[in-house]
Amino acid sequence: MDIKKKYIDIFESCAEQFRKSDTDFMFAKRNEALESFRQNGLPTAKTENYRNFNIADIFSTEFGNVLQNKTNVDLNEYFKCEVENMDAEVVLVSNGMYYDQNKILPDKAIICSLKEAQTKHRDIFEKYYNSSASNFGDGFVNLSTMLADDGLFVYIPDNVRLEKTLQIINLNHGFGSKNIVKRNLIVLGENSSLSVVVCDHTLNSSNNFVIDTTESFIGNGSKLTHYTLQNEPDQSSLVSSHLAELGDNANIESFVLTLHGGIVRNNLRVRFNGEHSDANLLGLYLIDRKQYVDNYTLIEHLVPNCNSNELYKGILDEQARGSFMGKIIVHEGAQKTAAYQTNRNLCLTGDARMTTKPQLEIYADDVQCSHGATVGQLDEEALFYLRQRGISTKEAKLMLMFAFANDILMNMHIEPLKERISGMINSRLRGELSECSNCLLNCEGGNCNM
Amino acid sequence: MLTIKNLHAEINGKEILKGINLEIKEGEVHAIMGPNGSGKSTLSAVLTGNENYKVTDGEVIFKGRNLLEMSVEQRAKEGIFLSFQYPVEIPGVSMINFMKTAINEQRKYRGLPELTASEFLKYTREMKEFVELKDDLANRQVNVGFSGGEKKRNEIFQMAMLRPCLSILDETDSGLDIDALRIVANGVNKLKTPETSCIVITHYQRLLDFIVPDVVHILYNGRIVKTAGKELALELEEKGYGWIKQQLGE
Ligand SMILES: Nc1ncnc2c1ncn2[C@@H]1O[C@H](COP(=O)(O)OP(=O)(O)OP(=O)(O)O)[C@@H](O)[C@H]1O
Ligand SMILES: [Mg+2]
Repeated sequence: MDIKKKYIDIFESCAEQFRKSDTDFMFAKRNEALESFRQNGLPTAKTENYRNFNIADIFSTEFGNVLQNKTNVDLNEYFKCEVENMDAEVVLVSNGMYYDQNKILPDKAIICSLKEAQTKHRDIFEKYYNSSASNFGDGFVNLSTMLADDGLFVYIPDNVRLEKTLQIINLNHGFGSKNIVKRNLIVLGENSSLSVVVCDHTLNSSNNFVIDTTESFIGNGSKLTHYTLQNEPDQSSLVSSHLAELGDNANIESFVLTLHGGIVRNNLRVRFNGEHSDANLLGLYLIDRKQYVDNYTLIEHLVPNCNSNELYKGILDEQARGSFMGKIIVHEGAQKTAAYQTNRNLCLTGDARMTTKPQLEIYADDVQCSHGATVGQLDEEALFYLRQRGISTKEAKLMLMFAFANDILMNMHIEPLKERISGMINSRLRGELSECSNCLLNCEGGNCNM
Repeated sequence: MLTIKNLHAEINGKEILKGINLEIKEGEVHAIMGPNGSGKSTLSAVLTGNENYKVTDGEVIFKGRNLLEMSVEQRAKEGIFLSFQYPVEIPGVSMINFMKTAINEQRKYRGLPELTASEFLKYTREMKEFVELKDDLANRQVNVGFSGGEKKRNEIFQMAMLRPCLSILDETDSGLDIDALRIVANGVNKLKTPETSCIVITHYQRLLDFIVPDVVHILYNGRIVKTAGKELALELEEKGYGWIKQQLGE
């Protein structure tokens, strides 16, 4: 089966509908992406950045049905419960579709569906949409531009610091195999700030293929905290891309947590377009069985005086496989760059496999860069020490695994969120993560057993 | 308390313990001395169940039961404690969480209720004072960044917390300054009851001035070659190991 042709066919079958519902701008962007997709297709095993990624594994399932119908269940019914400790605005996205709750944000901040933004916030939308994604040159990102029916649009005006965390819950549900394609756009003006937590909440074990692309534009003096908590069923596939553009004195804190997933690919690109900006990039994957997680990060220091700090860690159990490819490019003239990258992994079994490849490309001479990668086992000596004090082997291993993950938590700056994530990691390591405890919502009591 | 009969053990196919015999009664303190590499730490590793060592012959009876059949953690819960010669640093694990887990697992094993948070904190405070442990050490990660002496003091703090019936102190004196040595030794003495026993592995008499042994053994090349009263340690301090080697005809 020719996958490329198949997706072009899907596009063509939807084109008429897109043309009707899109603005001219939006439809033009789809066609630009289509052209790029026609030329480049999807990555193959020979594509440098996808070397460890087996695309054929994803497409061993046939996916259909790109255009989703809004679900006719009252999703709010399933999320009646209150978020514990966290001051959050909850936003629901159902199979890639923004679920309208007439959310009003303070201080003229905007949150709405991508569809609505095309017309209602046309100026901002057309200034930013696809301006970063179009030059990323990734087949999956092209697909998302071509096929996304909806997604989320968030705009924070100048001098607005949104205090509440925005919690976006991706509800993936329904039966059968679907392509779920979404595009999100986050724009921060100057001196503003926003915290976003994106949680997956899969309501039943469907084997979907989710393609999710987020562009974020962080204006001068602004700060974006962006956490992604991935928790997909074993049979599912996910390619998630986050493309962030930073202005002067801007700041991004990104955290990608993969707790479950069949095949997961995370792309993260951070581009420093303005000086004196910082990026703090964290990743944690806790995988077992036959799960596969692939993290690709690209940090581009285009201007001087910026710092990037990257720490990705993983624990792989059973036959899990993982890959980390981290590229840092310090462009010519980007003096006084400080770029640090670390990837550490624990393989708990002989069958678990991890490939890690840091890459530094430096075209400036006055920079501080370092990278390091390790793949190891639990420290036998530490394990013995704990057990010698009467702690069971199982508990001792958990303590060491949790300690390993704790590094990541120590780098987080939103306290209640850190606590909740710490709890999630703990229950994940204990193998106690249930469907209802897998999101930040505390919907116990059968509120969400679909 | 502990009976070791003809114990042979090897690591990586190399025999280190070559037939150890030892009998320790309740309430006794036994010192084990011997040149570097003679197998003292190996003996403590084998007694605590370190799986890197393979017991090839002999038996060990602890409180009437076959010790060698027990897992590392079970031995600990039965009351065996090792003050490590080189305590390992465990980044990311807090002393508090570590000790709380250890104590509660041991209590559970003995059919006691878990300590509440406030009981635990109170107990920790008392035991810290007991070994004059610096205040912040208990709040830090296990042994991380501790000085050599602090690590040793931390071992005795854990001993005080866990109240073992058989403690093995492997060169607890090394790295301690003179005052610390006295504090640590006093701690060990105060923990002593007629029901507890202690194996003190050391190279120097100075520790034995404080913790007075009932019996002194010399471990040499995997065997106990001499056993006598506390005066044996003084003799070693004076003469070294040469005369032992002579006696053995080496
Ligand atoms: N992994 C190993 N492989 C081979 N030989 C080992 C290994 N570990 C220890 N040994 C050897 O076992 C012997 C006994 O070591 P052990 O640590 O028990 O000595 P010790 O009496 O405690 O010495 P010290 O007084 O220096 O602490 C030494 O010769 C040591 O080199
Ligand atoms: Mg030793």
